Amino acid sequence: MKPSAFQYERPEDLQAALALLASGEDTRILAGGQSLVPMMNYRLAQPDVLVDINRLSELDYIKDDGDVIAIGALARHAAIKSSSLIQAHLPIIAEAYSWIAHAAVRNRGTLCGNLCHADAASEMPAIMQILEAEMVVSKVGSNRTVAARDFFVGVYETTIEADEILTEVRLPKPGAGTGWGFEEVAMRRGDYAWCTVVATLRLSDGRIAEPRIALAGVEDCATRLAAAETALKGQAPNASLFDDVAEAAAKATRPSASATSDAAYKRDLVRALLPRVLNDAVARST
Amino acid sequence: MTKRSIELTVNGRLRKATVPPRMLLSDFIRQELSLPGTHVGCEHGVCGSCNVVVNGQAVRSCLMFAVQAEGAEITTVEGLAQGDALHPIQQAFWEEHGLQCGFCTPGMLATAQELLAQNPDPSDDEIREAISGNLCRCTGYEFIISAIRSAAAKLREANTETTLQPV
Repeated sequence: MKPSAFQYERPEDLQAALALLASGEDTRILAGGQSLVPMMNYRLAQPDVLVDINRLSELDYIKDDGDVIAIGALARHAAIKSSSLIQAHLPIIAEAYSWIAHAAVRNRGTLCGNLCHADAASEMPAIMQILEAEMVVSKVGSNRTVAARDFFVGVYETTIEADEILTEVRLPKPGAGTGWGFEEVAMRRGDYAWCTVVATLRLSDGRIAEPRIALAGVEDCATRLAAAETALKGQAPNASLFDDVAEAAAKATRPSASATSDAAYKRDLVRALLPRVLNDAVARST
Repeated sequence: MTKRSIELTVNGRLRKATVPPRMLLSDFIRQELSLPGTHVGCEHGVCGSCNVVVNGQAVRSCLMFAVQAEGAEITTVEGLAQGDALHPIQQAFWEEHGLQCGFCTPGMLATAQELLAQNPDPSDDEIREAISGNLCRCTGYEFIISAIRSAAAKLREANTETTLQPV
């Protein structure tokens, strides 16, 4: 349970960090370390060079950028959870954090690190997808922007390359009147999700507009439920519609079984949680 | 790999050392500083036994490298008592039987310390949520919750006395 030896680098600015990543060596970025260090302790990860970005204070921000809330690579979960900007514009994130890990882990862990780790049971990849976040990915000499739906590829897999850093996440502020819902079942609060369902929607003349729904913890990767969204769009909210949509979503999902929950149970959770999330989202939309 | 020199403050005392980068903060505290009060349980961030307070925040010392603590202020369980006088949180754990084997206790104390600094009058639910990242295999948690509730009252009372003292 001790990490293997590595070369430790602690750059003082982003350009120096990017240069280290471009060196061609087997490098890993150390931000909060709440997923990477356990993997190193188990020797599941044995990087030759560890690039500690904790001194890059230029990346430690949560800022209002017009129509967007921008969150830098070094913003810790605890800071985001208690941010007045997040509570005002993106309360679904503040609520989700009470389900994510524990205070001591949230004190160190970063949102961007969590997204790059891309654990299948992680809530934030699903939330990024319904908020239609944009991920700003930097390397020496260039930046690129990736839509959240294209960022997550599979279990622990994203489109980010070895010489790149996810420097910023850009979260569009939801339109006025947008309601949201969040439900999760896990063995214990803060533990890996067996099933998380998240949704946002608006009501327009009493009918559902812009429904966005995603699952986490169920399949190998957080997924938007496109068929459910299509079925809800333009409909008046009602219990039998929500039950039908949940039934169809439960049938369509391809749950991955884990040691503590089987596929059939995860389907049951989708069926049970989806109507609750939709009801909450309707109740919160104005 | 190349060792690095670090300087940090632990329990109010400036400490200097040369460490290999792979040394975990938990091992550094126990082995290099000879402060074995910080306990190492799972070594992958699940059990909370190794929690210490770094710059005012409870963190898992098994998920930090000692080199990262350069310049930090750290409080371990050894830094809580003043001489023979237990810290009010420790006193409350003593009085309320908040420990049995004691393995989880240093981590529980660090967690309680941060909780009560942020929230002087937590509800039982808030206490439960705060310690949800600390595993105890003896007490069933109820006595720990009572202890933190009692510690909160002690600290509130101590703060009131301080404020009311004539200048």
